[in-house]
Amino acid sequence: MISFTINDREVTGQEGWTILEVAKWHGIDIPTLCYHGAVEPYGACRLCVVEVDDGQQRRLVASCLHPVQEGLKVQTDSERVKNVRRWILQMMVDEHPGSQRIKELAKSYGVKESRFKSDRVEDLCILCGLCVRACDEVVGARAISLGNRGVRKEVATTHRLPSPECVACGTCLYVCPTGAMEQLFDRIRG
Amino acid sequence: MRQISTALKLDENRLASPAALAAYRESILAERDPNRPIIIVCHGTGCLATNSPKVADTLRRAIAAAGLQAQVVPEIKTTGCHGFCSRGPLVIFHPTGLFYQRVQPEDVEEIVQTTLLEGKPVERLLYVDPNTGEHIVHDHDIPFYKYQQRLVLRNIGKIDPADIRDTIAAGGYQSLAKVLAGMTPEEVIAVVETSGLRGRGGGGFLAGRKWRLAVENVRKSPGPVYVVGNGDEGDPGAFMDRTLMEGDPHAVLEGMIIGAYALGAQQGYIYVRLEYPLAVRHLSVAIEQARALGLLGQNILGTGFDFDIKINRGAGAFVCGEETALIASLEGRVGEPKTRPPYPAEKGLWNRPTIINNVETWGNVPQIIEKGADWFAGMGVPHSTGTKIFSLVGKVNNVGLVEVPMGITLGRIVEEIGGGVPGRDEFKAVQTGGPSGGCIPWELKDTPVDFDSLTRVGSMMGSGGMIVMDKRDCMVDVAKYFLEFLMDESCGKCVPCRMGLERMHAMLGEFTMGKGSLEDLDELHSLAEGIKDGSLCALGGTAPNPVLSTIRYFRDEYEAHILHKTCPGKVCRELITYAINSELCNGCTLCARECPAGAITGVKKKPHEINSSLCIKCGVCFEVCKPEAVEIL
Repeated sequence: MISFTINDREVTGQEGWTILEVAKWHGIDIPTLCYHGAVEPYGACRLCVVEVDDGQQRRLVASCLHPVQEGLKVQTDSERVKNVRRWILQMMVDEHPGSQRIKELAKSYGVKESRFKSDRVEDLCILCGLCVRACDEVVGARAISLGNRGVRKEVATTHRLPSPECVACGTCLYVCPTGAMEQLFDRIRG
Repeated sequence: MRQISTALKLDENRLASPAALAAYRESILAERDPNRPIIIVCHGTGCLATNSPKVADTLRRAIAAAGLQAQVVPEIKTTGCHGFCSRGPLVIFHPTGLFYQRVQPEDVEEIVQTTLLEGKPVERLLYVDPNTGEHIVHDHDIPFYKYQQRLVLRNIGKIDPADIRDTIAAGGYQSLAKVLAGMTPEEVIAVVETSGLRGRGGGGFLAGRKWRLAVENVRKSPGPVYVVGNGDEGDPGAFMDRTLMEGDPHAVLEGMIIGAYALGAQQGYIYVRLEYPLAVRHLSVAIEQARALGLLGQNILGTGFDFDIKINRGAGAFVCGEETALIASLEGRVGEPKTRPPYPAEKGLWNRPTIINNVETWGNVPQIIEKGADWFAGMGVPHSTGTKIFSLVGKVNNVGLVEVPMGITLGRIVEEIGGGVPGRDEFKAVQTGGPSGGCIPWELKDTPVDFDSLTRVGSMMGSGGMIVMDKRDCMVDVAKYFLEFLMDESCGKCVPCRMGLERMHAMLGEFTMGKGSLEDLDELHSLAEGIKDGSLCALGGTAPNPVLSTIRYFRDEYEAHILHKTCPGKVCRELITYAINSELCNGCTLCARECPAGAITGVKKKPHEINSSLCIKCGVCFEVCKPEAVEIL
């Protein structure tokens, strides 16, 4: 067993566990969007960042991916952590005001919509990749993937045509945290 | 490529032992007349673009036609980049070092007549020092070269990169022979560790420690392991890696073979960006020739050590220079970074321990082995040993590639080697480390250029980009420019980088239009800190540097935009107007003819006027006006 602290509280976890897994086990809340216990962690939404001090340096890491280490000091709610989460939620709520989940998260961090509006407001997809990972790792269909790059990144099928690999199981609809898949689903299954 | 090695009869000379390499080198040197003059025509990418192949051709023909005596017929050699790209095409005479710049085919006849037949320099082709007006005859007297310490670049400009015999004559592969003849992998790693060599690609991680970690991980989990050379140089305005791969590809190969021996790897990859066709060609030729001589492939130098290298061409994504994204791309997946740990030394290519170093780092290895760790550690400063190659560009007289010992001050690089800013102004800022580096102001010109000092002042070593800016640059606009590049190159995987860079760009855009408030400036600062802290990889983690450093050192310029709606650098279009000074205007009508918007009116030989409602602020009138009557207000 590995002993370390989360918010100055002594905790233990097994080798190979992530900080997020140990925190959940001990009932310590860390917000997540792109995390789901059924698929491999991806570290894209960065909402789960925590500040860690390994005795050499203090830095922010994604708790969904960072392995636990003996003696690590973890802070889940430091000023730096709060700043990152505030900005992530600020930008998400500006770009995807239609998502209830994001609205609630933003509200809990005191974030309101700003004057910066995206031209993609009706788009609910935050590109967390949960649908892609679930379709690959859980269903095994690999009907969708993430295409393009940067601000043009999108969940897409091959040649953007309805996917013959899609078995219309609805797993992607279930794991999608924002409801974006409801907009996309008909285009994927054809 | 096959034909080149056949033509050179390399296959017949396959080297069966480390000692055979030494004998082969002796035989190459014996064939060569050390007194024969050599004329070097630079064939680096810059000079190729300015007609150097035609210059070399014309020279060859003119010399043949001139009927020189057999013992003085010079050899024409085409080499990699000499670094002084703003002065190309370059022609250099050896052994004297007579240096001609901006040579064109039309100049060849005079060169043959005056220099070769009469033994005198052609005055008009000599380099003129912009600060003293003096004509400089020899390359070693030119300030641009005088203050450099060329170690990694030592062969470039002297050898023909397409002929391995040149490399071997210059001492190439001797370190490999030394390693294979009598060093254990452990000893090799110890030398690299003691040398203090740090990664030249940006991170600055200790190369020896990286190798050590990889070896320990192989011990824990035996199986295939890999070495990778990162040549995916993507910084705008930077060409260190390109020059090395084009001009001395064998230095990179030799370093990698030595690394492979230390790790026990049998396969290596060099990841080169697709936009570097000459680098790919020269590396391919070098690999082919090294294989033919038995320096690469099966049973290297007859010692039973097998190792081969494949070239992988990157498709032009900046983020693939990040090591985990590069590995993903090598594996045939989308070039997106992954969270570290695990580091590549533990789980790299195909999830196996991998040493991945920048090609410049690899290029340092042979010399460290040859001359020893203490020799290398004696150069530079503690914790930043050796030399570093920088590409010096922007508002500086001598644009080009320079190699200097670590710890030299920023001011010396710009003033002494770079010849200062045109017009003898002070530089306003130097942006180091590529697009995600920071802008260092004139006041900090005495900052030593080493890994830790640059980080302390809010910039970074990066891969060695160095962009000089002067009073005509707007620092808000500069920050916006770099953000635009990075926003375009973000892979989009993590939210802080994908959305955050776009938001910072939008906020900077408002400032350049004189919009926004001081509260927005604080918000921008806090967002930049958030992106730095929250991003997945180094691209997002360093992308806020241009913003943070300009706010730190040039806050007055931000305030001028926001509070006074003025742009001190006179760059931001929304905040400037063009006007003609009627006392200086001679009525030549040039500006009126050039104006694409038809905004300038006036009678010949009478002062002209700009109609600001029609003016699109393109700046053409400002550029063309000879009496400098066009003013930016």
